[in-house]
Amino acid sequence: MTQTTPESPVRRQRAQIKVRTLRTDNWWLAPLLTFLGLSSFLVYGVWAIFDGSYYYAPSEYIAPFSSPCLATSCPEGARFLGLAPFGDWYTLPPGLLILGLPGGFRLTCYYYRKSYYRSFWLSPPACAVQEPHGKYSGETRFPLIIQNIHRYFFYAAIAIGLILAYDAVLALIHTPTGLGTWILILNAVLINLYTLSCHSCRHITAGRLNHFSRHPVRYKAWTFVSKLNAKHQPLAWASMFSVMGADFYVRLVAKGIVNFPFA
Amino acid sequence: MEIERHEYDVVVIGAGGAGLRAAIEARQQGKRTAIVCKSLFGKAHTVMAEGGAAAAMGNVNSDDNWMVHFRDTMRGGKFLNNWRMAELHAKEAADRVWELEAWGALFDRTKDGKISQRNFGGHEYPRLAHVGDRTGLELIRTLQQRVVALQQEDYETHGDYEAYIKVFQECTVTRLLKDASSVHGPAGAISGAFGYWRETGNFILFDAPAVVLATGGIGKSYVVTSNSWEYTGDGHALALLAGANLINMEFIQFHPTGMVWPPSVRGILVTESVRGDGGVLRNSEGKRFMFDYIPDVFKDKYATTEEEGDRWYTDQANNRRPPELLPRDEVARAINAEVKAGRGSPQGGVFLDVSTRLPAEEIKRRLPSMHHQFKELADVDITAEPMQVGPTCHYIMGGVEVDADTGAAAVPGLFAAGEVSGGMHGSNRLGGNSLSDLLVFGRRAGLGAAEYVNALPARPAVAQESVDAAKAEALAPLERSGENPYEVHHELQRTMNDLVGIIRKAEEVSEALEVVEKLKERVELVGAAGSRIYNPGWHLALDLRNMLLVSECVARAALLRQESRGGHTRDDFPGMNPEWRRKLLVCATPDGAAVTVEEKVQPPMRKDLFDLFDLGELKKYLTEEELGNAE
Amino acid sequence: MSYKAKFKVWRGEGGEGKLEDFTVEVNEGEVVLDIIHRLQATQAPDLAVRWNCKAGKCGSCSMEINGKPRLGCMTRMSTFEEDETITVTPMRTFPVIKDLVTDVSFNYQKAREIPSFTPPADVRPGEYRMKQVDVERSQEFRKCIECFMCNNVCHVIRDHEENKPAFAGPRFLMRIAELDMHPYDVAERKDSAQEQHGLGYCNITKCCTEVCPEHIKITDNALIPMKERVVDRKYDPLVWLGNKIFRRKS
Repeated sequence: MTQTTPESPVRRQRAQIKVRTLRTDNWWLAPLLTFLGLSSFLVYGVWAIFDGSYYYAPSEYIAPFSSPCLATSCPEGARFLGLAPFGDWYTLPPGLLILGLPGGFRLTCYYYRKSYYRSFWLSPPACAVQEPHGKYSGETRFPLIIQNIHRYFFYAAIAIGLILAYDAVLALIHTPTGLGTWILILNAVLINLYTLSCHSCRHITAGRLNHFSRHPVRYKAWTFVSKLNAKHQPLAWASMFSVMGADFYVRLVAKGIVNFPFA
Repeated sequence: MEIERHEYDVVVIGAGGAGLRAAIEARQQGKRTAIVCKSLFGKAHTVMAEGGAAAAMGNVNSDDNWMVHFRDTMRGGKFLNNWRMAELHAKEAADRVWELEAWGALFDRTKDGKISQRNFGGHEYPRLAHVGDRTGLELIRTLQQRVVALQQEDYETHGDYEAYIKVFQECTVTRLLKDASSVHGPAGAISGAFGYWRETGNFILFDAPAVVLATGGIGKSYVVTSNSWEYTGDGHALALLAGANLINMEFIQFHPTGMVWPPSVRGILVTESVRGDGGVLRNSEGKRFMFDYIPDVFKDKYATTEEEGDRWYTDQANNRRPPELLPRDEVARAINAEVKAGRGSPQGGVFLDVSTRLPAEEIKRRLPSMHHQFKELADVDITAEPMQVGPTCHYIMGGVEVDADTGAAAVPGLFAAGEVSGGMHGSNRLGGNSLSDLLVFGRRAGLGAAEYVNALPARPAVAQESVDAAKAEALAPLERSGENPYEVHHELQRTMNDLVGIIRKAEEVSEALEVVEKLKERVELVGAAGSRIYNPGWHLALDLRNMLLVSECVARAALLRQESRGGHTRDDFPGMNPEWRRKLLVCATPDGAAVTVEEKVQPPMRKDLFDLFDLGELKKYLTEEELGNAE
Repeated sequence: MSYKAKFKVWRGEGGEGKLEDFTVEVNEGEVVLDIIHRLQATQAPDLAVRWNCKAGKCGSCSMEINGKPRLGCMTRMSTFEEDETITVTPMRTFPVIKDLVTDVSFNYQKAREIPSFTPPADVRPGEYRMKQVDVERSQEFRKCIECFMCNNVCHVIRDHEENKPAFAGPRFLMRIAELDMHPYDVAERKDSAQEQHGLGYCNITKCCTEVCPEHIKITDNALIPMKERVVDRKYDPLVWLGNKIFRRKS
């Protein structure tokens, strides 16, 4: 109803309120915690990639950050299905080869986007709190328009999730009583749940359809994914901490720092 | 100051269901149409309707058809209804609902993909098309979006969204204007409308040969009401002042279940679907008291034991419905009686319990907005504890006397539809019949207005004197520094609530009339401080004229009708009287200040409609003479 | 049970104005809108506030209470401490008319720019057959009461007035999703969502969902699914190829 009211000169101005926000609650707390959480993940990730003790042969434990291990530098038993497709020229840490896939999945994830747009870019830091930027174009142009490839990372994340599950099963076969085995299993479960709860996954199962009733199986899958999707945020955090925890634990075992009987 | 002036073929006042449907029809007939409304577009009181729109589509029970619906409507209105309106309504409601679907409405579905229909008080079969418990919102949004669709069409063809239909929102009409001469058409024909922008306080004038009133009801004359501030009886008063008649003004529906606590939301509606879906009414002793209140005329239609009533929800063919689903007037009176007898709930209502009747999940699915409303407003979880409810002023059956087929009032060029019109619902409206009423008669009024404009030889003219008078009247409160209008309003509300409420007595109603007379004098003196820009005190001061006029009609008619029927209960005349059934009370205000009421005999029902009823049933309502004539 | 509360209410016309202090009585069970009405009735008869149903169903009384977009009628006074000063301001994103009343015509303008429901030409009223599961998603979005708080809180336009022409806001992007998911709608909505209505501006920071009084999952159920549908159309080579080969219309 642009026109339902007559123009008058006193109008067309927002209420002039000078402060960034009138919120009285601790609105800065959530972005701060998110910032600290995500930062710790980044810092840990960088350290883990360059840390060499990612495999513990006696128990068949492999650290999730370095799995699948695809470089020739990987110990024989750590190689995924015995493969080393990259040849001898590759001398950097093996974790770097695959880092981009789970990393990209999380980077383009609809939940993580929200969390780092808010906590790192402050766009906005919290609802009804003014952002500090003069211009804003969102995800309409390069580079942020690339976020739209999320579903391809999702495909890759499915593979990574399966590989972590495979790692956990291998550990279970070799060391059914090892604490590390169960940590890897828990991590594999959380990672796969997080992957399945993805918005792109929800779209692919049946979200793109307009007639659920004509595709009962896909609709069922969608209903299941939708339930998980509602927990996407907690799963994102849980799986992030579980993958860090599992990774760190395996490295501690591999370094011999943790060496009790059922480690 | 120059007054903004617009020329239209049809001006629709009110943007609720009836107004929008009328405007859509007028525009579809090629008329340039203005919609004028006090609130923002899409906020009208229709959004509050919860249960559904009654239409005999027969989707759930294929035995349903228009004749059954017609019978239910007449029974609900205690045969005082304008039978022609009830007939048209029953016949056309289904088409109107289907049409909404083609405009984008998404009703709840049956298993085979049709529009689902739910049970409601007074309806023999499941009949209410619904969307959860927010059907009114769906209806208004759909009509709003249909208006937008038409505007988009006009944009395509004329390059202007508002070429043929324009919404003037937050704009109040204070006077209808008439052509004094008969040069341009019928003498005393409508020539336009005068009003003001709420936002700026500037005046606006519409030049239009046809005006459709769709302003809703009068609930704001009562303290406990489910109605919003808009319901100040504007259309009723505008019609009266323009020389039209109001009928059935003594019949006001008190919805049996309004919230009673907290005080600030007292009166807000608790949908009848709570009962339709299994909710039961209990008093403080835990008794389902409605079994004690089944009137004789309904004895064979309602269950007499709790067991039978409970079986009905799953097997409607072999059981009678529980008495919680009696027509609203019966339930409201029963609750009133229980509370008076000291068996009420702590906060002065009775208990409405659905928590022990349905699983929590089911309650949340079927009654989401009720769950939300109680949680947010009263901090009550209806899946775990009973609600407290009591009667609330909900709907006025009376309104502008109109021609059933066209919605035309006595003044040439004036039309009315929806709650502001009278006759359709007789002495009591069935739940669900309101939304369908809006659609059926909204369309008919829009059509009637368009045809009236087509047949006019020339456009009636707006007389400058009447514009000047309207302007002076509107400015008056701003130029006085008198009493605060809120105080006058509050006293009127208390008076009507206490003295012309759910149960009436001659002395009390007479007392109310005396108070109204005094309030009329006080209104002449109220002042509104502040500027003309969005000044609610000024707006209220202007609305008071309407509320007082309408309240006087209600009280005068209530005093005259010496019987109890539907929404009019006289303590001193407790029974229904067939002689009174034939009579309508017609209000008018010949001098624009005092209200006169006259009796008028209703025309007898057409033979084929008469024959739809069992003679035994008709004997309860009609006089010997009427029964004899029909044979 | 009643006490005196301290209020700061923004008062002014056009953009000019300031926070005015009030001390006002509060009774048990009241909501912020009741207090505003009490101010009107006792201290400031020309205090402008928009309201209607007073039951959270019409979406008229949107305002900002202690900096957060809220419906005045659904904000109970019991959620505040008795000694707390409660600040009430108009919605920030829209021009103010007077006091708490803003000019929300932006929203009506945007509503008009979105093509209406477009059913196939050959389906007549009464012939629609839709399964409940197929309408449920759109039904969720149709719960919207148009309080416009999502559009108000969305930083895309709240903090960047210049984005208004290019961005329909969560309310109307959700309307596009509603129509795109409607079993009978045949209009093209994906390209236009991105190109004309600014879906790409949304960075899914979810404030719309946070403030929605109807608790509609605007971001998860409307905006993100709509973004994914746009990806199908514009950014996913595999889906594009599949559509070419199988000549599918999604």
